[in-house]
Amino acid sequence: MTETVNVSGSLRRRLTLTLIGGAAVLAVVLFAVVRLYAAQIAQQGQDSILSASVTSMLDAAVLRDGAVVVDFPYAALSMLSTTSDDRVFYAILQDQTLLSGYKHLSPPNGSFPTTGTFMAETPDGALIRVASDSRTLVGADTRTVITVFVAQTQEALQVTLNDISRRVALFGAGFFCLSALLSFWASASTITPIRRLTSSIARRGPQDLSPVASPVPSEMVSLVESLNRLMGRLDKALSQSEEFIAEAAHRVRTPLATVRSHAEAMLHRVDRDENRKALRAMVRAIDESSRAAGQLLDHAMITFRTDHLEREELNLTDLLQELVQRLTPVAEMKDISLLVENTEPVLVSADAILLQNAIRNLIDNALKYSPMESEITIRVSASPTPTIEIWDQGAGFPPDQIANLSSRFSRGDNAKGIIGSGLGLAIAQDVAEAHGGALKLSNLPGGGACVTFSL
Amino acid sequence: MRYILVVIGLLWPMLINAQAWEDQQLFKGENPVQTLRVLSSTDTGFFSPIIQSFLAANPDWNVEYLVTGTADISAILQQSPQSYDVVISSAMDLQVKLVNDGFALKLPSISHPDWAQWRQSLFAFTSEPATIVVNRSAFRGKSIPANRQELIRALREAPEVFDGKLGTYDVRSSGVGYLFATQDARASETFWRLMEVMGGLKLRLYCCSGDMIDHVASGELLVAYNVLGSYAAARQLQDDRFEIILPSDFPTTMMRTGFVSKETKHPVAAERFVRHLVDGRYFATGLNTSSLPQLGLYPEGRNPTVIPLEPALMTYLDKLKRRTFIQEWSNAVIQ
Ligand SMILES: Nc1ncnc2c1ncn2[C@@H]1O[C@H](COP(=O)(O)OP(=O)(O)O)[C@@H](O)[C@H]1O
Ligand SMILES: [Mg+2]
Repeated sequence: MTETVNVSGSLRRRLTLTLIGGAAVLAVVLFAVVRLYAAQIAQQGQDSILSASVTSMLDAAVLRDGAVVVDFPYAALSMLSTTSDDRVFYAILQDQTLLSGYKHLSPPNGSFPTTGTFMAETPDGALIRVASDSRTLVGADTRTVITVFVAQTQEALQVTLNDISRRVALFGAGFFCLSALLSFWASASTITPIRRLTSSIARRGPQDLSPVASPVPSEMVSLVESLNRLMGRLDKALSQSEEFIAEAAHRVRTPLATVRSHAEAMLHRVDRDENRKALRAMVRAIDESSRAAGQLLDHAMITFRTDHLEREELNLTDLLQELVQRLTPVAEMKDISLLVENTEPVLVSADAILLQNAIRNLIDNALKYSPMESEITIRVSASPTPTIEIWDQGAGFPPDQIANLSSRFSRGDNAKGIIGSGLGLAIAQDVAEAHGGALKLSNLPGGGACVTFSL
Repeated sequence: MRYILVVIGLLWPMLINAQAWEDQQLFKGENPVQTLRVLSSTDTGFFSPIIQSFLAANPDWNVEYLVTGTADISAILQQSPQSYDVVISSAMDLQVKLVNDGFALKLPSISHPDWAQWRQSLFAFTSEPATIVVNRSAFRGKSIPANRQELIRALREAPEVFDGKLGTYDVRSSGVGYLFATQDARASETFWRLMEVMGGLKLRLYCCSGDMIDHVASGELLVAYNVLGSYAAARQLQDDRFEIILPSDFPTTMMRTGFVSKETKHPVAAERFVRHLVDGRYFATGLNTSSLPQLGLYPEGRNPTVIPLEPALMTYLDKLKRRTFIQEWSNAVIQ
């Protein structure tokens, strides 16, 4: 009863991928944020130096005899030296007209802001950062506004940024690798309780339907509770049906037996031939019903038991001997002798009740389909597998039906007038197969049926 | 009208070439195919060994060597940047400004110490101190001054001896003179006192180191201040009537620099030429009789007296700063 389970994805893989994906996203975000932040800081650094340069130039601006003199210090440009030898530009304007410095920093329309920092371009296309500020000089009878622009290319800044980017990228990659490792570990450890539960359930014996007792994580509580409930219900259903079968067998057979004994008693008392005939038919019908009921119940019971065998160590020879002893009276009625060939013990691990039931059915068949005063031979052997062979001296199985006789309710053509329900071989086959064996039907060359029941 | 146009058309090339060079010389290679034009402020005599060793290695080239004053180089290059392949000058400030303004080609494959190059475009290949050159006869029996202070004292002690016999660069016309003067002024107030003292003794102004050295040698001058030590040392090999003083208080050392014009028509050969300058192997060849001093490659880095190659060199090129500085200098020197 192993049905294939519908598998869709893997929790562990999903967990791992989610964690790794999260780590990747985080690493990228980390890179972007740090890079942005670094760019801001680097830009702030450049801006503050540019502004300092502007301030030192503005500070040097004075009105001397009505003329503007800007004797700015060497440091004003010196502070702009960078490792990448960035280009430096500046412009000093008096009331919007260029006093000295670079023309491109004083566009004719005066479009550059006169305070603060901004980006611009040189005539030859280099990107520059510009800082500017202005200051009003007050002379004896003049007021004039001096504006200073100081600009610098961003090569060193770019080098710094690239350096930072490289480092952050490396850091991000490291972070990602570590997170990936951690996600493998985390998903493995998350999945462990599920695996533990699975193996504890898989290891159980067939009869063990007790609730799961070992502690489980809170997320699995409802699953385990449902599982426990399901197993409880199954346990109860199983024991109920077992009881039911036993009960039903008892309830059907007992009244039938009573009716039969009454009918027998009547048979001795009535004299009229037709009455006796009717009573005999009645007894026969009762026998048939009782037998059919018995076999139906046996079959049901066997179907139930084959799902979970109660194996025990037993000696096949002893079991046979006991059965033969019980059936001897029946055999004697037909003058049939039951011969058990082997007396060596054959030890098997099997369900005794099922075995008894199966073998009794087979011997029953042999008795039923054998002529009077014949022999039934039973042989037990231990190798290659424990096997019981039963052969009789009857007419054998109808050869064209031999393949179907073991199915439920199928009866051969030779069974007309013989009490039976068509379940005997089916029961024997079920039992053999439940034990991992097989039931084989054949006819002996010299006539007679041969049934091989192996475990 | 048309006739005039034809005349102008015919004369035009001559007009362009009408640049008055201090010197102009074509160095021919063995089997020349093309000509490299080098714009320089260095006297041909000092530079020809370098060119000749270049031509020895590159026989398929001619080198046209065009000499002009440091102050003119910027204007000439800005006027027609495509006409010159390599630009060499001792005026570091002007060179830095030209590079800063985008006239130089980046040569990323030349490896040169950081302090001796700027923007991987401007490469220094000599380091030459500014010196004081004195005529020995003026200090007969006296100790020769070793620094500016001692020179001031000597001048003050015997003004009648030195009157009219002092020389220095005219910073208004000489780029390297202006560079030395501004760096001196930046370094110490002593410079201004010296200028005042010299100015009081009818200081004579020169365009070039060569003339000053000549005049000191001949006795026409007794002291010349801020003379290129390299030129003086070369001259001293033949003529030892003068003494070269490396001021011990604060020496100012200039680096001769070169770059490849951004609009050069021969970028590969021009780069090869600059590489040739920079690797300095010509110093080892017997060809070098010019004694241009090799760039002192100090293992621990830059020679501390060398003027750093940095954008701040443009400070004194600022119109307002220059006006102020020349004003002050004139006040001191011209009395
Ligand atoms: N020993 C036998 N000899 C001949 N035929 C047999 C023998 N055993 C079984 N059969 C045939 O197989 C059929 C199925 O047997 P079984 O399942 O035991 O049912 P039943 O015996 O109740 O008819 C029988 O009806 C009969 O035709
Ligand atoms: Mg540098």
